[in-house]
Amino acid sequence: MRSATHARGAVCAVVVALAATACGGGGGSGGGGGESGVLSSSWGDPQNPLEPANTNEVQGGKVLDMIFRGLKKYDPKTGNATDMLAQKIDTSDSQNFTITVKDGWTFSNGEKVTAKSFVDAWNYGASLRNNQKNAYFFGYIQGYDKVHPAGGSQSADTLSGLKVVDDRTFTVRLNQKFSGFPDTLGYAAFAPLPQSFFTDHAGWLAQPVGDGPYRIESYTKGSQMSLKKWDGYPGGDKAQNAGVDLKVYTDSDTAYTDLIAGNLDLVDDVPASQLKNVKSDLGGRYINTPAGIIQTLAFPYYDSAWNNSGAQKVRTGLSMAINRKQITDTIFQNTRTPATDWTSPVLGTDGGFKEGLCGSACDYNPAEAKRLIREGGGLPGGQLKITYNADTGSHRMWVDAVCNSINNALGNDKACVGNPVGTFADFRNQIGQHKMTGPFRAGWQMDYPLIQNFLQPLYYTDASSNDGKWSDKDFDRLVDQANAQTDTAKAVSAFQQAEEVVRDNMAAIPLWYQNGSAGYSERLSNVALNPFSVPVYNEIKVS
Amino acid sequence: MGRYVVRRLLQMIPVFVGATLLIFLMVNVMGDPIAGLCGERACDPATAAQLKKEFGLDKPVWRQYLTYMGNVFTGDFGTAFNGQPVTELMSTAFPVTIRLTVVAVVFEIVIGITLGVVTGLRRGRPVDTGVLLATLVVISVPTFVTGLLLQLLLGVRWGWIRPSVSPDAAFGELIVPGLVLASVSLAYVTRLTRTSIAENKQSDYVRTAVAKGLPRRRVVTRHLLRNSLIPVVTFIGTDIGALMGGAIVTERIFNIHGVGYQLYQGILRQNTQTVVGFVTVLVLVFLVANLLVDLLYAVLDPRIRYA
Repeated sequence: MRSATHARGAVCAVVVALAATACGGGGGSGGGGGESGVLSSSWGDPQNPLEPANTNEVQGGKVLDMIFRGLKKYDPKTGNATDMLAQKIDTSDSQNFTITVKDGWTFSNGEKVTAKSFVDAWNYGASLRNNQKNAYFFGYIQGYDKVHPAGGSQSADTLSGLKVVDDRTFTVRLNQKFSGFPDTLGYAAFAPLPQSFFTDHAGWLAQPVGDGPYRIESYTKGSQMSLKKWDGYPGGDKAQNAGVDLKVYTDSDTAYTDLIAGNLDLVDDVPASQLKNVKSDLGGRYINTPAGIIQTLAFPYYDSAWNNSGAQKVRTGLSMAINRKQITDTIFQNTRTPATDWTSPVLGTDGGFKEGLCGSACDYNPAEAKRLIREGGGLPGGQLKITYNADTGSHRMWVDAVCNSINNALGNDKACVGNPVGTFADFRNQIGQHKMTGPFRAGWQMDYPLIQNFLQPLYYTDASSNDGKWSDKDFDRLVDQANAQTDTAKAVSAFQQAEEVVRDNMAAIPLWYQNGSAGYSERLSNVALNPFSVPVYNEIKVS
Repeated sequence: MGRYVVRRLLQMIPVFVGATLLIFLMVNVMGDPIAGLCGERACDPATAAQLKKEFGLDKPVWRQYLTYMGNVFTGDFGTAFNGQPVTELMSTAFPVTIRLTVVAVVFEIVIGITLGVVTGLRRGRPVDTGVLLATLVVISVPTFVTGLLLQLLLGVRWGWIRPSVSPDAAFGELIVPGLVLASVSLAYVTRLTRTSIAENKQSDYVRTAVAKGLPRRRVVTRHLLRNSLIPVVTFIGTDIGALMGGAIVTERIFNIHGVGYQLYQGILRQNTQTVVGFVTVLVLVFLVANLLVDLLYAVLDPRIRYA
């Protein structure tokens, strides 16, 4: 009897205590931006540790973009690579480069940015033992095969192609001619690193230090990062606001709801389900601009059914059976544009984008599609299975729509079905193990705005992202020629010739160019997305 | 009593080993997690091999499991792919989810049992019918609908609460998410209590208590309620584990960075260490909650004794 009374008393006490805390806890937290001039922005938990050469997705990239500046920077509007820390990059043969670093740059901890800051960082990024996932970016530099062999252990610690000449000069020797090399140096992997990165690595990871317009004030892994404007930043692109609070959201719908409720200032991933409401919710505070992303359907060329002369007609036929316009209009509300080549509009015509390069093969033409597929021997196995990962994005919606379009064109309800894979990791795994039997989703987000980046990694023999293992001697030869060209315009036109080889073989079916989209609160102005679909944070003004 | 507890604790060992082994195998069946780390491209083979070695993925599964279990007993739950130790993830995620669960359980106890007693004592009256209908609606509407609806109404339309919970996740911010999480169980608690009370109201000891002139309040709280609570306590006890593990939906809607969030991310990234670690702790919570429920029986009903 007695014990029961005690138990009940305890429960009551807990309830009272809880009610008290509840009353106390509610009031404190403020609105979207607590401090004046600081904006809050949606974020996702970076998948890998925040090291420049280890970050290959957009969430970690966002932070690196704010806290680092490299030798080059891609203009947020045009995408052109312009000199940032580089005073000059000289070469006479497109293979040996002499790089001079500008004077007067420091990291936000006061340390000077020197030639050594770059060389040490690149050596760290390339070295196999550091597990850096972007190591292959250093693959053009001589000695890469020694510090990062394809198998076995490394026989050198540093790249033999990198030499520090003096405080502000270093030389780079490549293992092949690559005229576009200086333009790749804006990629985050090529950022300089302070000595504290090497001496106190764990401390650096807990609070990364860079040379960009922002410094990290606090970082709670998995939930929030608070960045403040670095007043001592020497560059021309100083932050126009006092800081940025990045908040991790598990679900982009919740982030959007928070924006509507006035608790968040910037959402840079408007969920597909909200696109219909975005005009009425935000009015003019919504941007939708092209990004360097193209979605394609790739094919398994290791499967003989897809690697014969007839299959090329089938692929072209399939391309013509897809009503791209209708799908981008209805499913994506024009946040994607039907693709007519294999690059992206953000390159600009000078950079190699050529509208209509695909020609009639990318036009919707059901009758011709049906004829071509019949001539090519019909669909291999009688049915087309489009494999995709169902865990992120709106992949299921568009794959079903593509299949529907193909089925209608062929007049067969069972001609095409989607084949969902549960997780992205498993999807990549099945691709890596060559388990694909039909077309599969292939998305490509550019690393740097060069036509080379849209072609070589995807279609060159055994290239890093050539998932379908397509191989063509003509294509490889043209790409090699283009890379050896010292004249940019000539290089671009050689790459376009290579792209025509991709077209003639329909190595992959281009679907659509993806836009970046963002919505923002009334406090913000001058909001824009760069070609990598990342907000240009340093230019945002907060009122 | 002591021996009973020891026996129950010993029984937990095989359950614990079996549960972890099952989870470990299930996550492993999903395939090689390294492939998902390199974005839309194949990891270069050398780096992939190096990463596999670092995470111990190059060993056969049974070796991986033994190493993992060995480490778990020394308090090392491994490292997530982003370089954070899993124990660190747990130390941030579990307090949040425990707070959410406490809020939910308090709602179940306070609202659920009160409504159950009221309706049980007034069976057939309008109050009873009204509450019964309401619980029916709550049970049949999925949690995510309730959650999104409350978020939209309270958070956006009327602006009473913030639609998302801040990283601190104080008790005050967790009231609405806790209510959403508790809603379905709350309805069940109401119905269980109601039936139990209605049944026991007819029993001899209640009639005796009334006959000897005890005030009605004392009859209800001391005699009727105490005897009627046994099934309810069982339900709430097992529900604690279910609430902690099943908070994924609620946590996603309100952006709470708790256990559900870590599990969801762990599964998406096929992070064996995170998933197995969190599930292991959840299994332990479930087992302990069950044990406590069984011990509570003896408190509520002295006729039940454990030897």
